[in-house]
This record gives sequence, C-alpha cells and structure tokens, in this order.
Amino acid sequence: MKRFLLPLVLFACLVIVLAFGIYNAPRNGTKEIVSPLLGKAAPDFTLPKLLEPSVSFDASSMHGGWRLVNVWGSWCVECRAEHATLLQIKAEGRVPIVGIDWKDEDAAAIAWLTQLGNPYDTVVTDHAGRVAIDWGVYGAPESFLVDPQGNVVEKQVGAMSPGDWQNKFLPHLAVRR
Amino acid sequence: MNARLCAALAALAITLGYTSAALAVDNTPPLTNPVLQQRYIALIHEFRCVQCQNEALADSNVSLAADLRLEVHDLIQQGKSDDEIRDYLVARYGEFILFRPRMSLRNAWLWGAPGILLLAGLAIAVRVIRKRAQMPIVDDESPGASTDA
Repeated sequence: MKRFLLPLVLFACLVIVLAFGIYNAPRNGTKEIVSPLLGKAAPDFTLPKLLEPSVSFDASSMHGGWRLVNVWGSWCVECRAEHATLLQIKAEGRVPIVGIDWKDEDAAAIAWLTQLGNPYDTVVTDHAGRVAIDWGVYGAPESFLVDPQGNVVEKQVGAMSPGDWQNKFLPHLAVRR
Repeated sequence: MNARLCAALAALAITLGYTSAALAVDNTPPLTNPVLQQRYIALIHEFRCVQCQNEALADSNVSLAADLRLEVHDLIQQGKSDDEIRDYLVARYGEFILFRPRMSLRNAWLWGAPGILLLAGLAIAVRVIRKRAQMPIVDDESPGASTDA
C-alpha cells in the first residue's frame, strides 16, 4: 500500500491545483482586471458634451465633490441592463453621474437617453476612445467612484445592479463624507 | 507533383494567407521610419488585447485593440522609448496587459520554482544513489541464491 502513497498524494495535489484554476477561471471569457487606478488620481479630461457638442466639459470642474463616472454606449447590451440602477442612483441624488459615451454615434446615444431616461448630470462623447484608454476601460459598462480629492475609490466592470451600488459603492460615501 | 513540392506550396500558401490576414487586421498607418515601424510591430505583439484576452494587440480586430495600436503608434511617433510605452499601458491596464510579466516580489517564487525543484530533485537523486551504493551486491546468477522463479 505504501508504494501508492506518493503517487496518490501527487495526484491529489494536481487535483487541487486544477480545481483552483477552474474555480478561478473567468466566467464569461474575460478575466476581470483589477484597475491600477484604484486609490490613484482619476485622469482628467476635456470632452464635448453630447447634448451641446459645441460646449466642452472639463472634468476638473468636478473636483471637491463625489462623482460617479460611468462609461457606456448605445451599442452596449449590458448598459441597458444597468440603466435602471443608474436612474435609481440619480433619484437618490447622493452623487452626480458623469457619463462618458464611448465610441458611439451621437444620434443613437441621444435616442437612447430620450427613450430610457437620462440619469446623467453631464454626458460627454469620446468618439476616438482616447479618454477611455486613460481610464483603463476595456468593456462597457464601467463605473468609477471618485472622491472629493479626485481619487478613484471603487470600480465596477459590467452592469451595476442595485445590490452592487448598495454594497460596493454606498459604503464609501457613508464613511468618508 | 512530388511530395516535397506539395509541402513547399502549402507552406507558401499558409505564409501568404497569414501575412495578408495580419495586414487586414491592422489599419494603423505605418510609421515612415522603418526602424520605428519595426519597434511598433514588436510592441503590438507584446501586449494583450484586454478585451479578447488570449490575443495580442497585433492580432485582434476588436475596436479597442485598434485604439490601443494607434496609441502605441502615436507614442512611438512622440519619441517615447519601449519601456516608457510599456509603463504607460501598465499604468492604465495593469501588468495583465503584458504577455511577459515583469519580475516582482509577488511572482518571484514562480520564477524561482524551477531552480528550487531542480535542486530538490538533485538532492533526492544523490540520496538514493548513495543509499544504493551502500547496499551489498547480490548476484542472482550465483548458485545458492534463492530460486523462486
């Protein structure tokens, strides 16, 4: 019996390693990247407003207060799922939402907001996707909570559910006013 | 047609197909300086497409990959070094964007593991060999030895 002990132990180790790999494998094919921005200063940007394209919005004007930066697009299916949560956050009125309309067509984005309601205090358009690269965006929707000092304190990749908002984001607002 | 000619033609077809496919993916205007263009090609093969994670930036036709290729292109044009460009992308997307991770305290054990395993294997081998060397030599062929065959 003793001669089987070592192979058995090695096999058990292998099973544990493989089970760990399978358990931690990305669920929908993409691994969630932990944003290197967390705890760091949110990148500033100046982009044209969606509803007034001749006016540009300077993100540094938001310094001094909390804000939720939401990257979305009318082409993005998950953003539709998230929209109700954003409207709810807007209704709560605790934090203004800045929308970055990412690589989208203005007309489609405006139609989207008219049809589903506009949860954003400001929506800007990032046609070239340059600002999205600065924010490390790799899949819409993505949401960043930025504190009054201008640091990113929380990030969500994928549709935000009311539970995510409640459990991941709101505690930050409660602790550090 | 002999087999060797067939193989050569197949290889040629595959090569042509591959290069034309690669050209079709990357629509970024080439850099006029061939040395810079060479660096650009090398760099876009080093970075992971963060959206389609098992492809390199060079091979992906996702629009984010196209944006990132253009970013690399522009950074080279601005005179940034390869390391500065790596830092730039790591600062935004994390180490995950590098196909070849950098050595750090966190992954040092992974880099050291092959050496440690090799040393452990050697130690075990030495012990086994020494033990066997001390065993008395038993000659099964000699008369008088056990005959249980």
